[in-house]
Amino acid sequence: MHGPLTPEPYRVVGRREEVGDVVTLSLEPCTDGASGTYAHGQFNMLTAFGVGEVALSIAGSAGTSGLIEHSVRDVGAVTHALCTVPAGAVVGLRGPFGNGWGIERLPDGPDVVVVAGGIGLAPLRSAVGDLVVREREGRGRVFVVAGARSPDQVLYGDDLDAWRLSGSDVVVTVDVGTPGWEGPVGVVTTVLPDLAFEPGGAWALTCGPEIMMRFVARALVECGVEPARILVSLERNMQCGIGICGHCQLGPLLVCRDGPVVPYGGVADRLLVERGR
Amino acid sequence: MSDTVERVLAAHRFLDGMPEGTVELIAGCAQLDSFEPGQRLLAEGEPAGTLFLVHHGRVGIEVHQSEGIITIETVGPGQIVGLSWASPPFRWQFDARALEPVSVVAVDVDRLRTELRRRPDIGVVVLERLASLLVDRLQETRLRVLDLHALGDDRPR
Repeated sequence: MHGPLTPEPYRVVGRREEVGDVVTLSLEPCTDGASGTYAHGQFNMLTAFGVGEVALSIAGSAGTSGLIEHSVRDVGAVTHALCTVPAGAVVGLRGPFGNGWGIERLPDGPDVVVVAGGIGLAPLRSAVGDLVVREREGRGRVFVVAGARSPDQVLYGDDLDAWRLSGSDVVVTVDVGTPGWEGPVGVVTTVLPDLAFEPGGAWALTCGPEIMMRFVARALVECGVEPARILVSLERNMQCGIGICGHCQLGPLLVCRDGPVVPYGGVADRLLVERGR
Repeated sequence: MSDTVERVLAAHRFLDGMPEGTVELIAGCAQLDSFEPGQRLLAEGEPAGTLFLVHHGRVGIEVHQSEGIITIETVGPGQIVGLSWASPPFRWQFDARALEPVSVVAVDVDRLRTELRRRPDIGVVVLERLASLLVDRLQETRLRVLDLHALGDDRPR
């Protein structure tokens, strides 16, 4: 049994190239003691040995096999090392850390609106999977809006199709519609007023660039969603993952411990604006 | 029950909360129209003389370039197409094409201008609504200029 700062070895048993510079890794613990349980929206610290460590949201588990999936965008030394790690290699993993979306505590009935921008869909992916099941069981509808820069950048296309086929309302909108694209074109906020959800009592989960979340939250409030029922996922310079190093501080929050999921109303509304100044 | 211009306008988001008499005033300058998928509502460079209030279907605002047609925005029910009539040179700046069967209320803007000058109480409200819509589109454009999807996850790590 190791402490929370010591990574456990995990083997890369699957590697899938998503769109653009995003790769999804399927990881399996090399030791028996490692826990595979997590809450939707939590994150792990992944180590590329000899390079460094990075906080990554959990993008889901592959079926019932107990594998953990992480989608990694190649934006620096550590993420590049993780994106190029071959199947069979070993990486380090600490976690899961932080809170989650808390969808297991949702009462039956209210609609849930999920809005994601780009790779912001990763921490929402497994939650949406459960929300689609919730809808199928008649316990509340789910509306998914996924934004991408262009049609070839739409992440998790198979999942989006599956959720749509399952009967959920799924809208994919792109910033620029290249030839052949006949879906919506515009930022995610433009499609929100057209969603047929019932705002009274509705919950909303959003993840993406902070500016996007700010505008999404405002648009949802304008649609009638209560600010306290809008949950945003913040990302900071998370290093220890357990709230002792302070690198992830945002106002009164230590995001790795108190987040990454926080309510917009009364918390993120002020923090998102103040941080931008 | 078949749609009439008045009925469609009365239910259209653009006219939400407008003063009494607005629907009748605009209806007097308008007619119902429909477009098949692929059919153009308006073409870049041509004189801009119509305001389209979309009732059913989606319209793509498009620009042609060497790589093909790029859709820069889609507009659906409750939204409007065609604003170039509001400022010189009064020519369409882009193409607009029906992406699916589309029905609209097509407003003759020359007649609309005349009517709005005759009823400035309604004219002010209509212009305020148009200004609000232009602000929304400006904000959306600003967000796109920011290239949001390149933000947030581009910190080297």
